[in-house]
Amino acid sequence: MQSVLSVAVDALAYGMVLFVISIGLSMTMGLMRVVNLAHGAFAMVGGYLASYAMRDLGLGYVAGLVLAVAGTVIIAAPIERLLYRRIYNAPELIQVLMTIGVTFCVIGIANYAFGPTLKTIPLPGLLSGPVDLGFRSIAAHKLFAILCGLAVAAALWYLVERTSFGVKLRASVDNTPMAAALGVRTKSVYAASFAISVGLAAFGGVVGAELLPIEPYYALRYMVTFLVVVAVGGAGSIGGALLACLVIGGVDTTGRYLLPEYGEFFFYLAVILIVCAFPRGLLGRADA
Amino acid sequence: MNTDHLASAGQVPRPRFPASADWIGLATVLVAAVAGYLLFPDNLALLTRIIGVIMLVLSLDLVTGYCGVATLGHAALFGAGAYATGIAAAHFGITEPVAMIAAGGAGGALAGLVSGVVILHGRGLGQLVLSIAIVNLFHEATNKAASWTGGSDVLTDIAPAPLFGLFAFDLWGRTAYGLGIALLLIVLFLLQRLSRSPFGMLCRGIRQDPIRVAAMGAPVGKTLLTMYVISGLVAGIGGGLNALSTQVVGLDSMSFTLSASALVMLVLGGTGSLYGAIVGTVVFMLFEDFVSAANPFHWLTIVGALLVAVVLFAPRGIFGTAARALDLWRRR
Repeated sequence: MQSVLSVAVDALAYGMVLFVISIGLSMTMGLMRVVNLAHGAFAMVGGYLASYAMRDLGLGYVAGLVLAVAGTVIIAAPIERLLYRRIYNAPELIQVLMTIGVTFCVIGIANYAFGPTLKTIPLPGLLSGPVDLGFRSIAAHKLFAILCGLAVAAALWYLVERTSFGVKLRASVDNTPMAAALGVRTKSVYAASFAISVGLAAFGGVVGAELLPIEPYYALRYMVTFLVVVAVGGAGSIGGALLACLVIGGVDTTGRYLLPEYGEFFFYLAVILIVCAFPRGLLGRADA
Repeated sequence: MNTDHLASAGQVPRPRFPASADWIGLATVLVAAVAGYLLFPDNLALLTRIIGVIMLVLSLDLVTGYCGVATLGHAALFGAGAYATGIAAAHFGITEPVAMIAAGGAGGALAGLVSGVVILHGRGLGQLVLSIAIVNLFHEATNKAASWTGGSDVLTDIAPAPLFGLFAFDLWGRTAYGLGIALLLIVLFLLQRLSRSPFGMLCRGIRQDPIRVAAMGAPVGKTLLTMYVISGLVAGIGGGLNALSTQVVGLDSMSFTLSASALVMLVLGGTGSLYGAIVGTVVFMLFEDFVSAANPFHWLTIVGALLVAVVLFAPRGIFGTAARALDLWRRR
């Protein structure tokens, strides 16, 4: 029973970290139809910036987190303006190549700037110990990751469903030319949602650094996982991404506990089965 | 996705070259092969490896350039061929080089059938994810079946007998290089015929508009799957050649990285034309050999920048841009 619970907590924490990072990818993919393989690279940039801010500049956890998110958005903005905007309507192959190119560049530069070693993000005292939940205690940073995931899900739901920006966003997703004709500045909506997406990636990269350690090949290693979340969940669907993260977190973590030797094998097998069974994702829209 | 985008999609326009140009192309490859032999007599192992990878990129071109299936998992087919050749030699004592290559081709075709069935299930992002999952699944399965494949240690004990009983596989790799060139010319000749055949035209049609082709009564799924098996055959021959020439097979021959690199090489050269695949592979691999000796991470940065530049400024690739320039010049 104890081990079942600890697997469940691990799976939940892992799934939530995946959710925080991947939801931005799902949004941009649903909105702009861009297969952005560089999304993991932005999460990695966030992790590096946080690590640099906290260990070399001596900032606190919250300040480092804010700096990392802001820095990543600032770095990503010109990339969106100069590169991504040209491939919004291009065929998939072109998008894949461009974003893989960006990923390779980021990996090379990260290695040049920070070296090939693993970078840690020091946890504040509040997050480093175990937390007693009454029936059992779990690591505080895992609980924090779970709470962050829930908070992000709730905030995004509010943003998309209840604000005027959300209305414009949904209009642009449904029919960009029509939204533009009705006076929605779709380019600004694109830029803003790209910034939110990248910011969330950086946030997830920092919060999840204990589970997905920051190193130069981070961008390539977890790229597949993030893409899988979107493919399984269905592009543009918050609920779908949440469900997908829980399923993937569950399969992956359980696989690692029960059959550590064959963990990856069953993970990819599960991915193939799910994507074949639900070609548009678990909660994907019919026309997405 | 309208037709304007197809023009900028890195596609070489429909071949305007007459069929006689095919012979000029084959002759050019032969001349380049002889020149390579004369220029780099000490580096034939690298040249043979390039020929093996050319087969992989050619086979990727068949599904990506001709059929429009974007895949990041094509090394699964190449690796399957390499392991089929290696296992045939190491476990079944098949040392006749031609039989080993045939085993590689068969292994590749089988892998092509399996991954074709899976990958063609998805569309768009799903297809891409399926292709990545397939290559990783193959990679893991190969890693775990260590008693057959050597796992993360490489598969060794591949000792080919002399080719036709006459040409031993020597230390300098002359026999392997000669065999590679012969295989490349044969494969290229057959693929040229294939791309000009009604089947090849049907594939081009499917790339441009699968719904319309289906409406005309052509079997889209069956055609794509057939192309995938042919593609697997070609990639498997390349993998087999690689196993034969290096006499070891490692897990890197079945990796996501190799799949992504193959796609980069294809786009660098230009998709949808067989010579684009060859030009892209040769340029990429010679450049890689030259630069990555210094620092593999700088190499990664350069590849990334190169990719972005190609996508932005020369989406038709080296060969496609050159072919178009020639075409414009001739029609002036």
